[in-house]
Amino acid sequence: MEVADINKPLTFRNRIHPWIFAELVSFASIIMMFGALTSAYIVKKAAGNWLEYSMPTHFYFSSAVVILTSILLHISFKSFVKKNEVLYKTCLVLAFVSGISFIVLQYYGWNALYAAGVDLKANVSGSFMYLITGLHALHILGGLAALVVAMIHAFSLPFIVTEKRKVRYKLVCYYWHFVDFLWIYLFAFLMFYK
Amino acid sequence: MGHHEVDPNDSVAVMIEETGYDDHFHDHHHGDKYQSSFIGHYIFSMDHKIIARQFLITGIFWAIIGAAMSIVFRLQLGFPEADLTWLRPFLGKWIVVNDGIGTLSQEFYYALVTMHGTILVFFVLTAGLSGTFSNLLIPLQLGARDMASPFLNMLSYWFFFLAGAVMFYSLFLSTGPFSGGWTGYPPLSALPQASSGSGTGMTLWLLSLTLFVVSVLLGGINYITTVLNLRTKGMSMWRMPLPIWAFFVTAVLGLLSFPVLASGFFMLIFDRSLGTSFFLNEIFIEGQALDRVGGSPVLYQHLFWFLGHPEVYIIILPAMGIVSEVLSVHARKPIFGYTAMVLSILAIGFLSFIVWAHHMFMSGVNPWLSNFFVVFTLIIAVPSAVKVFNWITTLYGGNIRFNSAMLFSIGFVSMFISGGLTGIFLGNSAIDIQMHDTYFVVAHFHIVMGIAAFFGMFSGVYHWFPKMFGRFMNETLGRIHFWGTLIGAYAIFWPMHYLGMAGVPRRYYSFEAFDAFKHFGPMNQFITIAAIIVFGLQLLFVINFFYSIFKGRRMKTKNPWGANTLEWTTPIDAGHGNWPGKIPVVHRWAYDYGKDGKEFIPQVQPMEEGEVAGDHH
Repeated sequence: MEVADINKPLTFRNRIHPWIFAELVSFASIIMMFGALTSAYIVKKAAGNWLEYSMPTHFYFSSAVVILTSILLHISFKSFVKKNEVLYKTCLVLAFVSGISFIVLQYYGWNALYAAGVDLKANVSGSFMYLITGLHALHILGGLAALVVAMIHAFSLPFIVTEKRKVRYKLVCYYWHFVDFLWIYLFAFLMFYK
Repeated sequence: MGHHEVDPNDSVAVMIEETGYDDHFHDHHHGDKYQSSFIGHYIFSMDHKIIARQFLITGIFWAIIGAAMSIVFRLQLGFPEADLTWLRPFLGKWIVVNDGIGTLSQEFYYALVTMHGTILVFFVLTAGLSGTFSNLLIPLQLGARDMASPFLNMLSYWFFFLAGAVMFYSLFLSTGPFSGGWTGYPPLSALPQASSGSGTGMTLWLLSLTLFVVSVLLGGINYITTVLNLRTKGMSMWRMPLPIWAFFVTAVLGLLSFPVLASGFFMLIFDRSLGTSFFLNEIFIEGQALDRVGGSPVLYQHLFWFLGHPEVYIIILPAMGIVSEVLSVHARKPIFGYTAMVLSILAIGFLSFIVWAHHMFMSGVNPWLSNFFVVFTLIIAVPSAVKVFNWITTLYGGNIRFNSAMLFSIGFVSMFISGGLTGIFLGNSAIDIQMHDTYFVVAHFHIVMGIAAFFGMFSGVYHWFPKMFGRFMNETLGRIHFWGTLIGAYAIFWPMHYLGMAGVPRRYYSFEAFDAFKHFGPMNQFITIAAIIVFGLQLLFVINFFYSIFKGRRMKTKNPWGANTLEWTTPIDAGHGNWPGKIPVVHRWAYDYGKDGKEFIPQVQPMEEGEVAGDHH
C-alpha cells in the first residue's frame, strides 16, 4: 500500500522507526490490562475465601517453550539482516511450531488444573487463573497470526532485505518477545502469589 | 507529479519553499491512488483531515440522540402528569397508554438515563471531541504529513463506528437497551435476570464499549507516536501549541486507563456468561438465593473508576487545550504562562490516576483510605486554578474579538470555574455523605465536564471550521447559539445544586411519593423548560453547521484569524500530505502575538537578528 509512505521517518528526529515506537506504546496498554487483572487478584485474595493450588507441570514446559520461541525468532531476525536465507526461514518455521506447542501445552495445563479440582466457577482464584492465562493465550494466538503473515512474506516474496521488510519483521519479533516476557511474569505471579 | 508552483504573493508559502524541510514528498509519493474513488476518499479515508470530520459528524449524530433522550426523561421529571402519547411514534411500547394518558415506562426511564450517560461520555465527549481535534490538529500543528500510521487511524474511526452501530441496534431491542446506569455496576450488569435491560441490552453494551476501547487505543497509540516522532524541524516539545500538549496527555491517559476498563469488562463477561463470581456475592432475586458467592461488587467499581476518573480528564483536557489556543489567538496576546500551562496539564494528568476512589466514598471503601483520596482530589484544584488564572490573565488587556469561537472559550472558563468549585465540596468524603447520589453531583459534573467540554468543542468547531470545510459558519447564529446556551445551561444546572443540597436523589423516576421533595415540582418544571430551549438552540447549531459546509461564506485567505500555528500555512483545500511542497520548519513558539510591534508572527518566520524569543524568560 503506497499510503504508508506518506509519513516517511524524519531522518533528523528518529532514532527509532515510528511503527516500532507505536508498538512499544501499545505494549504499555497491554501491561495496564494485565496489571489491572493481577491487581484485582491481589485485592480479591486479601479479602479471603481463596482456594490455593499449585501450577501444573505443563506450565513449566510452556515457559521453556516460550523462551525458545523468542530465541528462535531472534536468530531468524539476525539471519534475515545478515542475508542468511536458509537460517532465517528455518528458524521462522521452528518458531511458529514452537508457538503452536505453547498453546497446546497451555491447553493440557488447563485440563490438568481442572482434573485437580480447580474449576472455573468454584472459587474466584480459579476464575482468575483461567481468565489471566486465557487472555494471555489470545495474545499468543495474535502472535501466531503475525507469524503466518511473516511466513507468507518469507516464502512468497523474493529474498531481498529492505528497510521496510526489516521494520515489519522487527515488529513481529518485538511482539513475541513482549508476550513471552508477559507469560514469564504471569507465571511467576501465579506461582508465587497463590 | 511535477514541481509544485508557489504563488510569489503568498509570503508564507514562499517562506516554506525557501526555508522548509524537503522530505522528497513528490519523489516518492504515488499520488494517492486509493483516493481516486468516492469510497477511498470519503469513506475508508486514511487522511487524518477526513477522519477528523468523520469523528465530528458521527459525534454530532450521537449528541443529538443523547440530548433527545435527556429531553424525554426531563419531561417525565418536570411534567410527570403530562400525556406523552405523542411520543408513541418514536418510543412505541415504552409509552404506556392507560385511559388515554400516555406515560413513560419506568424501565425505559432508566434505560434513557443510562444511554444518555454512555453516549455523551464515550461517543460524544471522548470520540467526538478528542477524536475530532486530535486527528485534525496533531499532524497539522506539528508539521506532519499525516499520523504515524494512517491505516490504524482509519481503523480507529471504524471501530468507533462499529461500537456506535452495536449500541444503536441495542436501542431497538424488545427488552430495551441496558438500564443499570452508565457505570455498569454489578449486580445489575452481571446478572441477565436482574432487569429487562440486563440481558441482551447489557451484552450489546459490553460488546459496543469493548469495540470502543479498541478504537481509543488505536487512536491513542497513533497520537502519542505522532507527537513524539513526527514533529517537523524546529518543533521542540516546548514549542508545541497547547492543544497538542493537551491531546498528547489525553492520549496517554486513555492508553493507560482504558485497558483497565477492558479487564473489568472481561471479568464481567465471565460473570455473565460463564458463571464465575468475580463481582457477585450472596444475591437474592425474588426471594431466591443465587449460588454465586465469593466475589465483590466493589472490585468492579475500583476497575471502572480507575478508567472513569482519568476519563473525565480525557474529556476536559482537549477542551482546555482548544480554549488556550482560541483565547490567545482572539485576544491577540501570547498565552499567559505557557510553561505553567504545560506543567498543569501534566500535573492534572498524573493526579487523575490517584483519585478514583472519590467516586466510591459511600460504597464501602475504608473511610481511613478515603482520606488520601480526599487530599489528592483537593490538590487537583491547584493546577486547575493555575489554568484558570492564566486564561483570565491572557484575556486581561487583550484586543479581544468577540466572535463565536472566542465567546465559547470565555464561556468555557466561566463553566469550568462554576463547576470546579462544587468539585471541592464533593471531594470531601464528609460532605459527600450528604451530597452523594443527589442532584448536586449531577449539577457538578454536567457543568464542569459536560457543558464546559461542549463549550470547548463548540469553540474549536467555530474556530477551525474554515480549516475543515473551507468556509465560515454564520456568526449571527453562532452568537445566538452562545448566549442562549450559556444562559440556558446555567438555568438547567444551577437549580440542581439546591435540589441536591436538599437531598433529592438522582436517577429517580418520580418524586410524587416523597413528601420531602414534592415541593420541588415547579423547579423541575423550570429545569425541563430550560432544557427544551437549550436543545432547540443546539439544533440551530447543527443547522448552521451543515448549511455552512455547503453554503457558508467562502474562505478567501489561508489564515483568516491571523494565527501563528502551522495549520494555517496549508492551502485552503489541502490534499493528503497537507503541504504541496516542502514541510514548514519552525523557528519560534506559537504565541508571538503583539510582539515588537507586529500583530502576529507565524511559527515559520525565522527569528530576526537580535530578536529575543517570545517564550524567553
